[in-house]
Amino acid sequence: MTTMSDPQQGSFRLSMLLNDTRYRSYTFQFIALVLLIALMAFLGVNLMRNLAEAGLNISYDFLGVPAGYDINQTLIDYNSQSSNLRAAMVGIINTLLVAFLACLTATVIGVIAGVARLSKNWLVSKLMSVYVEIFRNIPVLIWILMIYTLMTAVLPAPNAFRGDNATSSMLFDAFAFTNRGVYIPAPVWGPGSMMVVATFILSIIAVVFYRRYAVKLLFETGKLLPTGWPTLAILIVPTLLMFFIMGSPIGLDLPALKGFNFRGGIQIGAPLIALWLALSVYTGAFIAENVRAGIQAIPKGQTEAAASLGLRPKRVMNLVILPQALRVIIPPLISQYLNITKNSSLAIAVGYADITATLGGITLNQTGRAIECVLLLMLFYLTISLSISAIMNVYNKNVSLKER
Amino acid sequence: MNKSVFFGALTVAGVLAGASAAATLDDVKARGKLNCGVTTGLVGFAAPNANGEWEGFDVAVCRAVAAAVLGDPKAVEFVPTTGKTRFTALASGEIDFLARNTTWTFSRDVDLKFDFIGVNYYDGQGFMVPKSLGVSSAKDLDGATVCIQTGTTTELNLADFFRSNNISYEPVPIETNAEGQQQYLAGACDTYTTDASGLASTRATFENPGDHVILPEIISKEPLGPLVRHGDNDWGDVTRWVLYALIAAEELGVTSANVEEMSMNTTNPEVARLLGSEGTLGEMLGLDAGWAKNAIASQGNYGEIFAKNIGEETPIGLARGLNAQWTDGGLMYAPPFR
Repeated sequence: MTTMSDPQQGSFRLSMLLNDTRYRSYTFQFIALVLLIALMAFLGVNLMRNLAEAGLNISYDFLGVPAGYDINQTLIDYNSQSSNLRAAMVGIINTLLVAFLACLTATVIGVIAGVARLSKNWLVSKLMSVYVEIFRNIPVLIWILMIYTLMTAVLPAPNAFRGDNATSSMLFDAFAFTNRGVYIPAPVWGPGSMMVVATFILSIIAVVFYRRYAVKLLFETGKLLPTGWPTLAILIVPTLLMFFIMGSPIGLDLPALKGFNFRGGIQIGAPLIALWLALSVYTGAFIAENVRAGIQAIPKGQTEAAASLGLRPKRVMNLVILPQALRVIIPPLISQYLNITKNSSLAIAVGYADITATLGGITLNQTGRAIECVLLLMLFYLTISLSISAIMNVYNKNVSLKER
Repeated sequence: MNKSVFFGALTVAGVLAGASAAATLDDVKARGKLNCGVTTGLVGFAAPNANGEWEGFDVAVCRAVAAAVLGDPKAVEFVPTTGKTRFTALASGEIDFLARNTTWTFSRDVDLKFDFIGVNYYDGQGFMVPKSLGVSSAKDLDGATVCIQTGTTTELNLADFFRSNNISYEPVPIETNAEGQQQYLAGACDTYTTDASGLASTRATFENPGDHVILPEIISKEPLGPLVRHGDNDWGDVTRWVLYALIAAEELGVTSANVEEMSMNTTNPEVARLLGSEGTLGEMLGLDAGWAKNAIASQGNYGEIFAKNIGEETPIGLARGLNAQWTDGGLMYAPPFR
């Protein structure tokens, strides 16, 4: 712009707020903001007035009161005399557990299905299309209920394992698959077991260093060191040695049928399995499409160029295509992770004690504090979602195109 | 345009929110329909029949109130509610009257701001187990997996019972009775616990009801009754006295068959007052003189309702027990109509 048309400095008049294009947009934005605040204030005041009229008050005292109900699967100590806050904590941890497990498996399923859908093998690619179309087009609640119903109907009740002519038997005498859940052996940590664990952690660090060294050697000298079997050896051999040196300090607690149920070992409840599986396969179908989109966004020339350098197809995918495709895949992947976390609130349908089932379900019901509980729930889901978003955004920055 | 509609809607919502607190009786009369909350389906208490019409023990109370207030037992909009949604539905004004075998407790009455208008069924929490399990007492259930409806008093009773007997259990929370039935029959839980009447009702729908027993222990008092919002005393009076009219009718020998005849030529002054041929009880409630007559004529007295829906002649087969008239050693006792 030339300075010819600029108005004189210092001649601001009130009418310019409406007439001058430089200020007009600010004026309208300001008015809109004031209206929005007024609306919110009106809704808030209305809520408080109606609550007061109905004789209700907002109070969080109920959080300290004993909850009075029991929860079947808890990762922290809990009984019916624990407070409602403790019950909410149990719920939060259960939500995080199922969300974490489902994010992991959904990613694995999604990446495999997405790559396989682009396979030149007709059968494989069609099978994957069928998987994606079936699973993402049926609501996840239906999948959760279907898997849970299948589990309870098809798997045997613990009673079937009883007696001399039992109709079911345990796998290796250590694993029991029942319609109440899967029972697996639990490790028992004896004295000296810390040494074994420490050795294992050191082995993992050693593997990382070995792999870095192998890459460095490859870049500097072109010598290709094997990575497969040395990795396995470093991981297993020292730990195994330490295990026997310390005199087998880690034992196994096998589940066994006692009374009505299996006791001992670790119980993975049927609700958790149903929810975990359903969320994984459902969201996996969406992730598969993201992965396919990401791969197809890479120009075909990249594949051809890599092939002309003599790289085999598997290496083309791992070294050339996928690293570039990640830039396209990560942003929608974040929202899929958020979806998993939010969809885990369907847990109550199968009786899994997540935060919606404990704080937003039983506690809300027994105390009648609906507004307080729902506000807490919203705050929790918002916090979790924003945290996942933040973490994934950091990762996205790492893989995104660096312009120098 | 859109904005003005939005603000208009907001204003209306604000006004409605302020007005919903009182005068439910007038609202119901103006609407010409009673909104009644019932269960999502518990045979004998409230469930749609083959023709899609709701019937059952709780449904009869709804219909009796509609007959008394509106003169038409069919003028009822049934709203199915779960254990979780029932109180919100009533508090928000979505329903006028909740008849959903709900236990009368202190905190529901006082803290949740509801008024229980009476008790239409005295119940207690029990356990049902398959006969093949070989359990004869609830105290043998150490370590058992228990199916339980969430959002009910039974959930808290269960925790208390096992804690006070120092035995352990594993709860399987479920949302509806149908779900609990499925889990129980699949063997996903060893025992199903809820009010003994509910257990009997559920067992009646099984293929082989004889394979399941209800354990003798009753672990809690569960007075089940209809409820209304706290603070609208006129509406509370109307519903309370409709229920008492049904109970009093049985005591006084008034049935759906003889109610017309009794209202014409009775010599008992209390019957005459109840049926509106003497005195102004209906007017005091803000209803027609024939309010109780309509209710009894359409649904029968308390004993008839009991026998027809859940009595010993029905598949549910509940004995009167505590729910007999006080003259027969039960707890059903209506204050005098005077």
